[in-house]
Amino acid sequence: MQSSLPENLIKIENNLKSLTRTRSIYSFLSIAALIAVIYSGLIVAETGNATSIWVGLPKFFDYPIDLFVGSWEYGYRWNLLLLEYLPDLISTINMALFSTAIGTLLAFFLSIFSSRNLIKSKTTVLIFRRIMDICRSFPELVIALVLLYLLGKSALPAVIAIIIHTAGALGKLFSEAIENVEKNPIEGLESCGASWFTRIRFGVVTQALPLFLTYTILRFEINIRASTILGFVGAGGIGEQLYTNIQWKYEADTIAIMFLLVSTIIALDYLSSYWRKSLIGLKS
Amino acid sequence: MIKVEKLNKYFGDNRAVNDVTFEINKPEMIGIIGRSGAGKSTLLRIMNRLTNASSGSIFIEGRDILSLTKKDKRAWQKNCAMIFQQFNLVPRLDVLTNVILGRSNIQGTIRSSLKLFTKDERIDALMALDKLGMAETALQRAETLSGGQQQRVAICRAMMQQPKMILADEPIASLDPLNARLVMESLRNIHREKKITILANLHTLDTAKNYCDRIIGMRLGEIVFDDVPSSLKDDVAREIYGAEAEEAFEPTVTSTSLGDEKFAEAG
Repeated sequence: MQSSLPENLIKIENNLKSLTRTRSIYSFLSIAALIAVIYSGLIVAETGNATSIWVGLPKFFDYPIDLFVGSWEYGYRWNLLLLEYLPDLISTINMALFSTAIGTLLAFFLSIFSSRNLIKSKTTVLIFRRIMDICRSFPELVIALVLLYLLGKSALPAVIAIIIHTAGALGKLFSEAIENVEKNPIEGLESCGASWFTRIRFGVVTQALPLFLTYTILRFEINIRASTILGFVGAGGIGEQLYTNIQWKYEADTIAIMFLLVSTIIALDYLSSYWRKSLIGLKS
Repeated sequence: MIKVEKLNKYFGDNRAVNDVTFEINKPEMIGIIGRSGAGKSTLLRIMNRLTNASSGSIFIEGRDILSLTKKDKRAWQKNCAMIFQQFNLVPRLDVLTNVILGRSNIQGTIRSSLKLFTKDERIDALMALDKLGMAETALQRAETLSGGQQQRVAICRAMMQQPKMILADEPIASLDPLNARLVMESLRNIHREKKITILANLHTLDTAKNYCDRIIGMRLGEIVFDDVPSSLKDDVAREIYGAEAEEAFEPTVTSTSLGDEKFAEAG
């Protein structure tokens, strides 16, 4: 077979072969290195820990088992606890909803000015990208702790913290979505003499909207978790209740709150895939 | 009326448009021919102001449109409709909105962004669509249409602009022969009815000869031929197309070469 190939093709064929060989050697080496790193990491962790991981592992399930046993002993009134904590859940969802809404608006604004296909000035793009980098480089918890110290215990510090982080994180995803839109429709609008804003409104937003929506709903989900966690440090809502109940070892209450949180996340997951499908036209 | 003077466009060291000069003194249907990379598209894009020229000027009724900026530039783009090879409609918008957006320059940003279109605009758009047999697709999303249908919608959008001239950048290059014929015929009808100049980049010689009053041949960014189709000899055309001559001469590439009568018989 090879003998029938012209000379230049044989050369290419040989090059391909040697490239493939090099690639396999490299893959093998990197896998070996990875295993070595993981193994040595385990040894370091083993010597550093107060108790050995092999002693601690069986106890890992003690607390979850306690939770279920406690709830079982609480009896049939357990489901009333769900109602009791519903207002707290709603206040947490409210916090997440409000900060996601404001954060998304900011993210949209930031993303437009940091998309290379919409802004010709490289400096502007660079500045807005750095602003987004800074916004998302601090975890919500860090910003919230600082603001809680400054503004006192309330939902406001948590909301501000989530807004800042959301603007940075979503802004980056939005600008990637914008940079991936087809340029033809934008050009078509430009050729009609449409203004810059109209071009963005119809040429960009219509194309990127399904991705925007998916990212936003995903962020909303993350923000519910974030506002729960911020409750731990004093922002109120269901997080604060969860923290208190874990501290006081009220197993039934803890399980009820966890149940509420998990069902909210699952419900949101279904809702988001439904919205997305209807938006991209699979359902109408 | 239209005077292009010493137009140049460089991409690095590459001269895409090289010292192009020509005049259009009456409404004409002009075909620009040449091989890929001859600078045809760049020329049209400069005329529509999608691309900036490196030097030179284009005078329309005494005004150099290359010096226009911002609002004036967009007002010129409204007057100079453009049709693209890839149609360039907004895929996820319905056909009617796509067509009405041809007026976005007059509508102003707020009105068109909120889709606050007037009854007149809707009627105009529907009439334009009806003329090309596309009225029943008005509420469909543009992306659901076939290529030929999308190009007809694009022509409707161009007509909504009430342009003083139309630039068509390879309007039929991605269409099947029947749709290519439909599109070329609508362009010719528009030229005859509205008495406006149409400049079309055409890849195949037949199409240019059949539909245009004047042919401009471009090679390596320069104009090498500019006359009526009948004076374009085969050897000159071969030189214009260079290595792509066989493809450009091939009559089966577009059945427009069948001519009207023969096509009617076949159908």
